[in-house]
Amino acid sequence: MNTILFIIQKEFIQVFRNRMMLPIIFVVPFVQLLILVHAATFEMKNIKVSVIDLDMSSSSRKMISKFQGSPFFIIKNTSFSDKEAQQEMKKGNVDMILHIPYGFERKLVKENSAKVQVVINAINGASAGLISAYSMMIILDFNRELLVDFLSPATLASTQNINVTTSYWYNPKLNYKTYMVPGILCLLVTIIAFLLSGMNIVREKEIGTIEQINVTPIRKVQFIAGKLLPFWIIALFELAFGLIIGKLLFSIPIIGSLWLIFLSAAVYIFVILGFGLLISTMTNTQQQSMLVSFFFMVIFILMSGLFTSIESMPVWAQNLDRINPIAYFIRIMRMVMLKGSNFYDIQESFYSLVVYALAIISFAVWRYRKVT
Amino acid sequence: MNNLSIIVSNISRNYDSVKALDDVSFEVPRGELFGFIGPDGAGKTTLFRILATLVLPDKGTASVEGFDVVKDFKKIRKILGYMPGRFSLYMDLSVEENLSFYATIFGTTIKENYDLIKDIYRQIEPFKKRMAGQLSGGMKQKLALCCALIHKPAVIFLDEPTTGVDAVSRMEFWEMLRRLKESNITIMVSTPYMDEASLCDRVALIQDGKIMKISRPEEIIADYRYQLWAVRSGRFFELLSDLHAYPGVHSVHAFGQSAHVAFNKSALLMDDLRRHLIHAGYADVVIEEIRPAIEDCFMELMSQ
Repeated sequence: MNTILFIIQKEFIQVFRNRMMLPIIFVVPFVQLLILVHAATFEMKNIKVSVIDLDMSSSSRKMISKFQGSPFFIIKNTSFSDKEAQQEMKKGNVDMILHIPYGFERKLVKENSAKVQVVINAINGASAGLISAYSMMIILDFNRELLVDFLSPATLASTQNINVTTSYWYNPKLNYKTYMVPGILCLLVTIIAFLLSGMNIVREKEIGTIEQINVTPIRKVQFIAGKLLPFWIIALFELAFGLIIGKLLFSIPIIGSLWLIFLSAAVYIFVILGFGLLISTMTNTQQQSMLVSFFFMVIFILMSGLFTSIESMPVWAQNLDRINPIAYFIRIMRMVMLKGSNFYDIQESFYSLVVYALAIISFAVWRYRKVT
Repeated sequence: MNNLSIIVSNISRNYDSVKALDDVSFEVPRGELFGFIGPDGAGKTTLFRILATLVLPDKGTASVEGFDVVKDFKKIRKILGYMPGRFSLYMDLSVEENLSFYATIFGTTIKENYDLIKDIYRQIEPFKKRMAGQLSGGMKQKLALCCALIHKPAVIFLDEPTTGVDAVSRMEFWEMLRRLKESNITIMVSTPYMDEASLCDRVALIQDGKIMKISRPEEIIADYRYQLWAVRSGRFFELLSDLHAYPGVHSVHAFGQSAHVAFNKSALLMDDLRRHLIHAGYADVVIEEIRPAIEDCFMELMSQ
């Protein structure tokens, strides 16, 4: 037991003697939260529209003014030429073209239906979907007002619509920050724990100090425990620091129990440290370890449900996500922080992490060899 | 209890198709300063790593202080001091921190075994707050030796401790080893420098994974069969090949500024050779008879 303490003590001396370490621990969470939360947003504002109004009627003007009145759209230019509008889109000056054909109003009055064309720049598929949804809403709204204008009150009453009102639970204002912060805290802890542990043992291999350690009576369990615990402590500290920043600067809601957050984090960090350890037993240089860690980390992050929802992934990917520790932890963090879930609600994810931690650490310890 | 500290019998170890060690056997009595001399890649480091329980032998058995290197490796690790060829202490820890770290993982303290390392540690003590990475080569070696000794081992293995260290520090280092012998510690040391061989009690010459000879340094010199002349001249490189071509010459090796010419006793006359060389245009040639040094013996053994 004392041996472990001495190794931990040695690791802490080394960690804090590393000049990059303190900035990494304190600045990274701050910058990440600041940038990701403010910059990485799904909300679309200021969609630039080019309008081609060939009808020049009161109805077409009404529709255009509806777009103008919406906070999402800005009418960037108007023209009568398809070509000109398409040129603008090619140059990247507009995101969408609204094309109102000649005879729009006449058709509306005479045939009770008319067509408009919406052309959307879909280089970014996600935003194209949003633009389409927003413009549909405006056109529908326009449609409803037309009905009021044209139909007699009697017929209007008979075509009583079903009015759907939506309320968003657990994030009533659909605040993007509220949704992102728990996930970004997960990433923060993950990156710190994964990279530090993955690099650490490999570093001893690379500079040769492991030779000297291996001929001492240190048992490998002691050595590994002494290696993992310092980074476990640092990662937990990092989470606490991130939560404080999130609370003070972004006033993120923490509805559930802090104890539950830290209990889950404590288990989760062991999974990540185990992963890093496993990689460091299989590689010989810090560069190799870095590359392998990145490979896993990028896949785990992309599939974690942080940016895209897991439920919309294909079934095979959802099954694959069962081995993605980040996905479990993000789920727990969101449930506890936003929804106030208790232990009973998260127990499935929690126990999965416990099993995961035990499995991966035993495997890593078994893989670590003092003798060749 | 017999008096042997290290017993190696018929050890072989291959790395893929390369034979690093081929049927090596030898014994080292307790308290001996035993040297391994051989060129790079001869198998010295592999042998040291097997004895330090870091590498498993393919064939054969070895024991240190009566403990088998495969079965009783845990016991060996408690009584062993090992100094790998590459400096392997923590560069970002200070001298003192390194030493106390190694003391604590052996369950001891610097104070407890201070007597053993006192002579060596005193020399680096003024720098004890300095990071190990900022020490000079010689001081790094002294620190490494202190760390290898801090738990009072029965045996120490020093793998090329003087490689890359200046001549003065090398002599100091060997002086320290001779003093350590008084504490009855078995010392096994390897070096690529042949002149250091004469400082050992016994030396083993190792080449291509095989031991060529094990003997006391004096005996190795006494066994040398040839007569030696040192020949010096300005045009040194032509001189070497011309000497080689001279009939009756057994071998020619360059030692610093002079060529050592070995030949069967009384096969050559010095005046004949001098006349021949002057005739060949070496006007400034100097020839003198010399006694063989340990290097001459090794060059001879290695060319066999």
